[in-house]
Amino acid sequence: MKISFPHMGHSYVALKWLVENTGHECIVPPEPSSRTLDLGVRHSPEFACIPFKILMGTYLEVIEKGAEVILTSGSKGPCRAGLYWVMHQYILEELDVGVKVVAFEPPLCDLKDFFQKIRWVRKTGGLSLKEFVQVLRVTWEKLKAIDEIEKLSHEIRPYETNRGETTRKLWQALDMLDAANNEVDVEDALQEGQKLLQGVSQDRSRNPLKIGIIGEIYVVLEPAANHYIQIMLGEMGVLTDRSIYLSSYTSKNTIENREGDVLEVAKPYLGEAPIGGHGANSIGETILYAQNGFDGIVQLAPFACIPEIVAKSIMPAVSRDHGIPVLTLFIDEQTSKAGVQTRLEAFVDLLDKRRQVKAKRGIERLVI
Amino acid sequence: MIKGYLGVDVGSVSTNLVVIDDQNQLLAAQYLRTSGKPIETVQKGLSAIGEDLPADVEIAGAATTGSARYLTSLIVGADVVKNEITAHAIASSALVEDVKTIIEIGGQDSKIIILREGVVTDFAMNTVCAAGTGSFLDQQASRLLISIEDFGNYALKAKNPVRIAGRCAVFAESDMVHKQQLGHNTEDIIAGLCEALVRNYMNNVGKGKEILAPVMFQGGVAANAGLVQAFNKYLGLEVVVPQHYGVMGSIGAAILAREASRKKGSTSFKGFNIQEINFKTRSFECKGCSNACEVVQFFENNELLARWGDRCGKWELQAM
Repeated sequence: MKISFPHMGHSYVALKWLVENTGHECIVPPEPSSRTLDLGVRHSPEFACIPFKILMGTYLEVIEKGAEVILTSGSKGPCRAGLYWVMHQYILEELDVGVKVVAFEPPLCDLKDFFQKIRWVRKTGGLSLKEFVQVLRVTWEKLKAIDEIEKLSHEIRPYETNRGETTRKLWQALDMLDAANNEVDVEDALQEGQKLLQGVSQDRSRNPLKIGIIGEIYVVLEPAANHYIQIMLGEMGVLTDRSIYLSSYTSKNTIENREGDVLEVAKPYLGEAPIGGHGANSIGETILYAQNGFDGIVQLAPFACIPEIVAKSIMPAVSRDHGIPVLTLFIDEQTSKAGVQTRLEAFVDLLDKRRQVKAKRGIERLVI
Repeated sequence: MIKGYLGVDVGSVSTNLVVIDDQNQLLAAQYLRTSGKPIETVQKGLSAIGEDLPADVEIAGAATTGSARYLTSLIVGADVVKNEITAHAIASSALVEDVKTIIEIGGQDSKIIILREGVVTDFAMNTVCAAGTGSFLDQQASRLLISIEDFGNYALKAKNPVRIAGRCAVFAESDMVHKQQLGHNTEDIIAGLCEALVRNYMNNVGKGKEILAPVMFQGGVAANAGLVQAFNKYLGLEVVVPQHYGVMGSIGAAILAREASRKKGSTSFKGFNIQEINFKTRSFECKGCSNACEVVQFFENNELLARWGDRCGKWELQAM
């Protein structure tokens, strides 16, 4: 079968390997572009959020390339994104493009359904259970390695002396991971990639500002949806860390629920109210970042995303209590980078000034 | 010789240029419509402000701000490039030392800036909607066949402002037509529009912000007396409209130019006679990878000055 899946950051490198080694042909989803958005907007409900529209466009693009099956995820929790795959399927049926959408609900929700679907993918590819487990293992290692290498790139970029060098080295490292075919290869590629990134010419005397990126999962994970915000900030000399990486999200939400900490610290602001999506996480993560010495937070939210809107309205209190400025960026069809850049530059100015004032006050206190 | 500092603010609707002295006094100002041609407009504005300036003023520093700040910096020869949010905050706190809130409404954007003890602590800018901005009023004014300059005076004459839904510019228009057909007079409708804009602004960019006096109200829209009144009514305090409300961004840039050029000890300013120079941009699509970045090249008299637009930095060239 010709199988495809949604584009989410660099995860396609691992998912491609998974599909190909399960005995299927992989249609690699293209990075979301203005054409993806055009297609998506044309065939989506007007009030759906941007992740819905980008995925809709991606599906139509991979169908053009011959995809017969689209693997995607459902999700638990009351955010409507968990039902998006059903909507996508209806729309694709109406367009009569002859494609099957297979959504994996987290095993925590429906274990039987999850394993039935997995079994179907395995059987149609002609793999024994043992072989398939091995394929999954390598995929998982790849996914973790991709996240690790990307994380490192965000830590190095603010120190780079030639703009773009880190990003170019990151691409090289991802190519090496792409070529790895077993667990040992993945480990080697990871180490080689880390070496490549460490080799970027850097000015370590800098003391970069630290910004935590939080918000709705898709716009946080897909750089093409968030104006490559981590690269943009990194090239402005800011060290960024984001709350969600696919490998950590998957382990937290599919195998067991390990989000305890984040939700625990959010409790004073939210109580037990389930606001859905990553709303409660956004509150908790802001607090954790503040406690870990971060200078500021950028909250990314699709326009009209209810969970993030609720989180945003709680944010002023969190920001005041924990002394951390928060900038919320709503993401919609608008593709101009200039507006985002202006806000980020102003936010960085704000954080910079704040750090100076804090340092000055610290010295005054020492003198007294 | 008096030292002057040039600030240029190129926005979507207007291009503002000012020259200030060491005491923040305005020596000259120019206000032009950008009309989608930032390069020509800046060239025109520069030569105009050059003629306005007294002969004994020498430009000792230059800075650019606004959405076209990077492009403009190449034309002008700027010592510093700054975003408009920071520029506005700097200008306001230079004029009113303990300013705590800045309301700025321009042609296509609106912002709120919160300061405490002279430091910006929070800000917001409208994102996906232009309903709370100058272009909203512009449109309604042209619908009512009233020039935007007279808009405020009509509003002041209103006895019973009507309530108009201000959440969306399109729906506001149909609501307004409805109110006209019910027989409300123009003054009351215009005052209603002003209040709708203020409500929209407060619910949108002003949401969750602690608004403390002194509040400064600036940007081109501050010329509208009806809006000043509507803000006073909504906030229950008197907003301060600075004398040069329309060019605050460029004043902020000029102040930054002064600081930067002093630090540097010189200026990169190219002079006022750039009318003859031929600036142009040309672009091409990079074939290096699947990203197919559109790379823009900036030429001054056929000499390549800068290149940008590539994600990987391969083509990037900055001559400043």
